[in-house]
Amino acid sequence: MDWTFRDDAPIYTQLCEHLTLAIVSGAFAPGERLPAVRELAVDAGVNPNTVQRALSELERDGLVFSQRTAGRFVTEDAERIEQERQRLAEERAKSFLDAMEKLGYNRIQTVMLLEKMRGEEK
Amino acid sequence: MSNILECKALVKRYGSKEALGGIDLALEPGRIVGLLGPNGSGKTTLIKLACGLLTPTGGEILIGGEKPSKQTNAIVSYLPERIALPLWMTTRQAMDFYGDFYADFRRDAAEEMAANLHLERDQSIKTMSKGTREKLQLILTMSRAAQLYLLDEPIGGVDPATRDYILKTILTNYSENSTVLISTHLISDVEHVLDEAVFLREGSVMLHETVDTIREEKGKSVDELFREVFAC
Repeated sequence: MDWTFRDDAPIYTQLCEHLTLAIVSGAFAPGERLPAVRELAVDAGVNPNTVQRALSELERDGLVFSQRTAGRFVTEDAERIEQERQRLAEERAKSFLDAMEKLGYNRIQTVMLLEKMRGEEK
Repeated sequence: MSNILECKALVKRYGSKEALGGIDLALEPGRIVGLLGPNGSGKTTLIKLACGLLTPTGGEILIGGEKPSKQTNAIVSYLPERIALPLWMTTRQAMDFYGDFYADFRRDAAEEMAANLHLERDQSIKTMSKGTREKLQLILTMSRAAQLYLLDEPIGGVDPATRDYILKTILTNYSENSTVLISTHLISDVEHVLDEAVFLREGSVMLHETVDTIREEKGKSVDELFREVFAC
């Protein structure tokens, strides 16, 4: 996994983003056991307490659940994962549109550009 | 939870020169803390006070509630700025030495790290490069199952690849209830592994905050904040 961190946001929120992406993209399958906190911490090169905090956050969001002794697992709720996938897709689409706006493309021009690219791909 | 390290109005003067001017600081167990500050801000003085190599001019410093002593040194693992072993010793002899001195020394952990960092067991410290000496000292320090690790510039003299390994070594080897205090000015290298940052300036604590709070509130990394605060 690619664990790069930006400078302008807390590390735990970025860890959440990385882990969420791994879940919605299927890198961590539904119901799969997640690596232990320490293991993830060493892998990402971050503090174990930060990993702990990120995982608690994902737990609150219903993307992972923990079993007292067995560890933490990805949710088996496919609907919840799909919902998260759409949320991420919308978020990225929005920031793409914002970036295009800064280039002077309004929504319609951007859509036309995308259509044109799709036509060329065919 | 009780503090593993506590400073109350801690003052240290060298003659008329004040190195620490009345510091209040408390560190909890289970944290990795960066002790950050420009040269001459008092980082090394604070660490030496914590392991009893210096005595306070005023105020007090407590390790697990006690003044630094032989008893507290048994739970404190200290990495000095410069290697503090006789130069004739080999890697193996240095490990024997630590094993004799410290009941909490984990020989197997030391051997494993030495193998990973390609240290030769029969090479004497005298013939080691600066970086290799640092590696050996760090291996010895982190192989103890201590409650407080005091690391004075642990990554200053090694290459970036070794730096990564050392940081991972720290993450793998500290136990959940022990605290690691790392003094450094290579902030961007250590920032991701820290829970908290302490900024020292001219012998005073000017900031003590969690890394994520700093990032959340200031919208910038600890490294950027440091450059801003200590801009020359």
